[in-house]
Amino acid sequence: MLYICIPNNVWYIMSKKILLSSKEIHIILHRLACQLIENHTNFENTVLIGIQPRGTYLAERLVSILENEYHIQNVKLGLLDITFYRDDFRRRETPSEANKTNINFIVEDKKVVFIDDVLFSGRSIRAALTAIQSFGRPSEIELLVLIDRRFSRHLPIQPNYRGSQVDVFDEEKVTVHWQEKDGKDAVYIVNK
Amino acid sequence: MSQLSVEHLLGIKHINKADIDLIFKTADHFKEVINRPIKKVPSLRDITIANLFFENSTRTRLSFELAEKRLSADVVNFSASQSSVTKGETLIDTANNILSMKVDIIVMRHPAVGACDFLSQHVNAKIVNAGDGTHEHPTQALLDSFSIREKLGSVEGKKIVIVGDVLHSRVALSNIYALKLQGAEVKVCGPKTLIPKYIESLGVSVEYDIKKALEWCDVANVLRVQNERMDINYFPSTREYTQLFGINKPLLDSLSKKILIMHPGPINRGVELTSDVADSADQSIILNQVENGVAIRMAIIYLLAQQIERN
Repeated sequence: MLYICIPNNVWYIMSKKILLSSKEIHIILHRLACQLIENHTNFENTVLIGIQPRGTYLAERLVSILENEYHIQNVKLGLLDITFYRDDFRRRETPSEANKTNINFIVEDKKVVFIDDVLFSGRSIRAALTAIQSFGRPSEIELLVLIDRRFSRHLPIQPNYRGSQVDVFDEEKVTVHWQEKDGKDAVYIVNK
Repeated sequence: MSQLSVEHLLGIKHINKADIDLIFKTADHFKEVINRPIKKVPSLRDITIANLFFENSTRTRLSFELAEKRLSADVVNFSASQSSVTKGETLIDTANNILSMKVDIIVMRHPAVGACDFLSQHVNAKIVNAGDGTHEHPTQALLDSFSIREKLGSVEGKKIVIVGDVLHSRVALSNIYALKLQGAEVKVCGPKTLIPKYIESLGVSVEYDIKKALEWCDVANVLRVQNERMDINYFPSTREYTQLFGINKPLLDSLSKKILIMHPGPINRGVELTSDVADSADQSIILNQVENGVAIRMAIIYLLAQQIERN
């Protein structure tokens, strides 16, 4: 149980269940890295694209595993922000803030792997599919996610690589914490 | 903060430092977008924008149009010379007629001071001031500050001199407001007749010697002599103006440091700036200003469009 205080001084009880521990995430990341190697061998014609904001931590972690533990050099990593491609512009209560896009290579005829932390409705990935076209025409696009929330998709989008699959109620939220951002690797299910 | 504190962009006077920071942050992202192979994002595909230009413009109008198109908005253009304004239609009538065609945002340039403010009170659309008479030109001031920030890291603490026809310049007034908001030191320099009385009340200092002003500053923003707004002779001759306030290469080389040269355009070559100064690769950032103009205008339109309620 976690007690949180919202601005008007009302105390809410927020339940927070741990879904994946740091150790489990460690094992999953290595498995995902191996699956990527299986399909892309030396990554010569492959580029990894982390979806901003939260997919970038996962992408950077995977690149570091590929380079340091499996000695694959020169893995190309780009960061893609999808804010201007979202389909909920003017429909959200609070406007979404843009993040940096950093893709300093052309994706023309490359195999692109989108990397994001949680796959929920599929709308972010839909926006990313549009956004990546600004950088060329990839030969194919795959999707890697750490958490796949089953039965919650609004669009016909499925991951090629998934860390873990969960069934969560709509009013619950899956949050991924990373060592470099939040001080600890963990995945939680939080009651909104 | 991810939202502007104002509903329209009528002038820098109405916005605050947080708004400027938000516009710059958003413009940083758009600057990256307009340097991609495909320079367009679909954010505003259900927004229609009317560009109402009651006064001549090349750069600003093209820049707004490009910004709007790169955000995927539908754009209609209007210029006073080809319209019913010449038949005697009032400003509100013109605007309301355009609005009944379901326009969400109006970008307007008008020769009358306060025209955008007036329009914002009478029509139901977001208004962006693209220059109202000798009053304000907020998007130009924002892109000027954005260009300084890009070259020098920040605007805060920098010394900027605005040279030339300050009296008739909307660019000067908006720049003074914007630069002061961001903590810059501002000086104006020009013939006495073209420096407004009481300009010091805006927190700027005045210098009549161009050499001293340039020696003091980090950036010189050089204004155009606006002959079209001059009803009397403010200085004896263009030649005399150029000799006393024109900036040339020997003058810049005689300074103890390298300063940046900006100009809002259009340049009167050989009057306020010589060609070798305007085209100098290491000191002139005039073309950077033009490039940044599109990114800044994309940011402003994007942020204002965010506030438009869906039907």
